Amino acid sequence: MDRDGAAFARLALPHLDAAYNLARWLLRDPVAAEDVVQDAMLRALTYFASFRGANPRAWLLQIVRNAAHDRLAAAARAREVPLVMHDDEDETAVNEPADPADDPETALSRRQDRAALAAALAALPVELRECLVLRELEEMSYRDIAEVTGVPVGTVMSRLWRARRALLCRGEAQA
Amino acid sequence: MTPPPCPDQALLVQAELDGELSVAGSAALQVHLEGCAGCRALQAGLLGLSARVRLAGPRHAAPDRLRAMLAARAVPPPRVTGRLMRRPALAFGAGAALAALVALALLPGPVAPLEDQAVAGHIRALQPGHLTDVPSSDRHTVRPWFDGRIDYAPPVRDFAGAGFPLVGGRLDYLGGRPVAALVYRRDRHLIDLYVWPAEGETTPAARARNGYAVVTWRDAGMAFLAVSDLEAAQLLEFARLWRSGP
Repeated sequence: MDRDGAAFARLALPHLDAAYNLARWLLRDPVAAEDVVQDAMLRALTYFASFRGANPRAWLLQIVRNAAHDRLAAAARAREVPLVMHDDEDETAVNEPADPADDPETALSRRQDRAALAAALAALPVELRECLVLRELEEMSYRDIAEVTGVPVGTVMSRLWRARRALLCRGEAQA
Repeated sequence: MTPPPCPDQALLVQAELDGELSVAGSAALQVHLEGCAGCRALQAGLLGLSARVRLAGPRHAAPDRLRAMLAARAVPPPRVTGRLMRRPALAFGAGAALAALVALALLPGPVAPLEDQAVAGHIRALQPGHLTDVPSSDRHTVRPWFDGRIDYAPPVRDFAGAGFPLVGGRLDYLGGRPVAALVYRRDRHLIDLYVWPAEGETTPAARARNGYAVVTWRDAGMAFLAVSDLEAAQLLEFARLWRSGP
């Protein structure tokens, strides 16, 4: 067990941020995300001895993703779907570079654009959202996304396209 | 008004940006893009969207307490002998030294307004329809477009063969004057290369500005400033390609 634990720490723990990020975008709630990731990671630790694959990240994210979907389904049954985002609204402002050419009004409108896009991403249907998050934020290949989400590569492609088209159309409607 | 993209090409345009198309597939798509304004507009739209999603959708980091708890569960605190103790300490020392080196290489230098303006211009251009004024991967189309718009002729090169294809060009403003901005990409990562006349010669130097990598150099009567959310090492590779000629 000690050796498995060490291997887990070496091969799986580096993907903890990816696991948490996925759960956070799927559940849209930091408390629920931490809870689900903790359970999923402990389960992964238990089963790690039997893991024989070449891709620990996809394996781990698949466990986390399924746990997050279970939680969403349970919440839907209990009619407790978290509708309120607990996210700090100002979080996206951290990366905002100063633009000397901007007056305060333009800077504000750009921050609002960014918040609106984050909200639009959070509002996508969950099966589209998970594909886009895995692709854009985790930079995973179609094949790995297919493994994590349990659908064929062709479905990943069409889901990514639907997600992006929805966000693009939103941008056009605004412009 | 831009024509709509071809329905049968959309997934290919997307797959190419995601780095999922074969070399042959990419070449075939390139031929189609040259003759299809609608699909070129779609490609530019997807590129901008991808960059804006990465900007707007923060990648949430796991809470430290969760990491600490899992690490403790995976590897219970060992009974360490003096010899075992030393190795992780050494490894940590090497890691810290490396981190210090990287930090040095990427140290945010003295505030350079020009670099801030370039990063801001890069982000502005991600808005729909702002990426390029002349969307073309053909440098013989991009270069003449600047004639009459600025008072110098920027050199335009294409590095598609090395994985940095030209996307187009646009007119931008830096330091209160209009300058040529050439747009390149590495997979889905956009690179803006600002070019204007300047004396002297300097080798490419990388800096981090607000999460973006900025690389500047001077060569052959021109000043170059590249901005991207690529890693600094990749942007330096791009700069080296530029200096080593077409």
